[in-house]
Amino acid sequence: MTTSQIASDGPAPSQPKMFKHGVILGLFCLGFGLILAITNEVTIDGIGARAIEDKQNSLSQVLPDELHDNNPVTDTLVLKNAEGKELTVFRARKDGKVTGVAYEIFGTGYAGEIKLMMGIDADGKVLGVRVLAHKETPGLGDKIEAKKGPWIERFTGLSMGNPPIERWKVKKDGGDFDQFAGATITPRGVMVAIRSGLEFFAANKSTLTKAD
Amino acid sequence: MADSKYSTIIKDGLWDNNGVFSMLLGMCPAMAMTTSATNGFGMGLATAVVMAASSWLVAIFRNQITTEVRIPVYILIVAAMVTVVDLGMNAWMHELYKVLGLFIPLIVSNCLPLARLEAFAAKQPPVAAVLDGLFMGLGFTIALTAVGAVREITGSGTLFADASLLLGPAFKVIEMRILPADMGVLMMILPPGGFIVTGLLVVVKRLLDLRAGKEIQMTGAHAV
Repeated sequence: MTTSQIASDGPAPSQPKMFKHGVILGLFCLGFGLILAITNEVTIDGIGARAIEDKQNSLSQVLPDELHDNNPVTDTLVLKNAEGKELTVFRARKDGKVTGVAYEIFGTGYAGEIKLMMGIDADGKVLGVRVLAHKETPGLGDKIEAKKGPWIERFTGLSMGNPPIERWKVKKDGGDFDQFAGATITPRGVMVAIRSGLEFFAANKSTLTKAD
Repeated sequence: MADSKYSTIIKDGLWDNNGVFSMLLGMCPAMAMTTSATNGFGMGLATAVVMAASSWLVAIFRNQITTEVRIPVYILIVAAMVTVVDLGMNAWMHELYKVLGLFIPLIVSNCLPLARLEAFAAKQPPVAAVLDGLFMGLGFTIALTAVGAVREITGSGTLFADASLLLGPAFKVIEMRILPADMGVLMMILPPGGFIVTGLLVVVKRLLDLRAGKEIQMTGAHAV
């Protein structure tokens, strides 16, 4: 397209002028690109360290400190779960022996996926379950968070068979666990996630707990 | 002369030409981030930092930025400042970042910084531009904190909950419970509450202005 074709109102911008605008925009992009590159360089170590701390925090809630002398964040194993999704398993060891494992489990709540972290000891007993991310209604569904209520503690110490697997449901569905007032779908989603977590452990027990 | 001009800039930003209550700009964070006073306050402060920095940069380069490419350059500057704040907070203010992290990138799409760059910083010397950016941002903070406070009191019955996460343990004392836990009206912390409370507070501001004998300014979204 030549410049004369663009002109509709006022004089057409001349070639050198358009070139000048391009150069100005280009220079600004270059300058701010440089600033971003420097910021990235300065913050990258800090951000990496914070991400590991976050993971450590959520892991330490489901893998008690007295269970391990290693760092579970770095002692990982990748396995496929029942849906064929790759799952990173964090292992807690004492004197080289696996004492517990933790991995993410997923359920569907009222407003999308609920992501949880579940810890299980070598005998299949639940060490703890914690919500990592969810979009449930504040004030109703968010009681699954440990800081908003004790509901999520209910599972600690239980295992598959105690109660039997078909009773790992909310009471409304004929199970053993309370739903809470105004929200049934959220705890139901969490129960599905926990059940799948227990089944994952049962199906992979030997791989998960072998020393290496 | 300069002093009176600066005080006008400050008064405009904080009250007379308040970004939310007068110009009705920046509605996206004003609705999304005001489920509690603490969230609104944090979001407002982050916006103020971005606005002051980008206004300053635009004012410095105002003679180099030609009219034809000004909009992409403004967006570039705002986006770069937001990214710098985002990365910096992630690395050095991680607790705050976990509360606000999701909403920091939203500042790019907030029309308030862009509107102030175009309307003010592009024609003013750097000092005036920084003041305008900063105090428009602080006015935004006041508005978001006010909307957040009303929604939090009516919705959850608390005020400044989790302020200690944002500002440090010393601020534990300002965390209050105003109403019993199950008295809250859930709707107020859901999206409709944001619209209702913002609308009511716009009315309140106009009534106060009328009582003070000021002329109601119809700027921003209403300007024709």
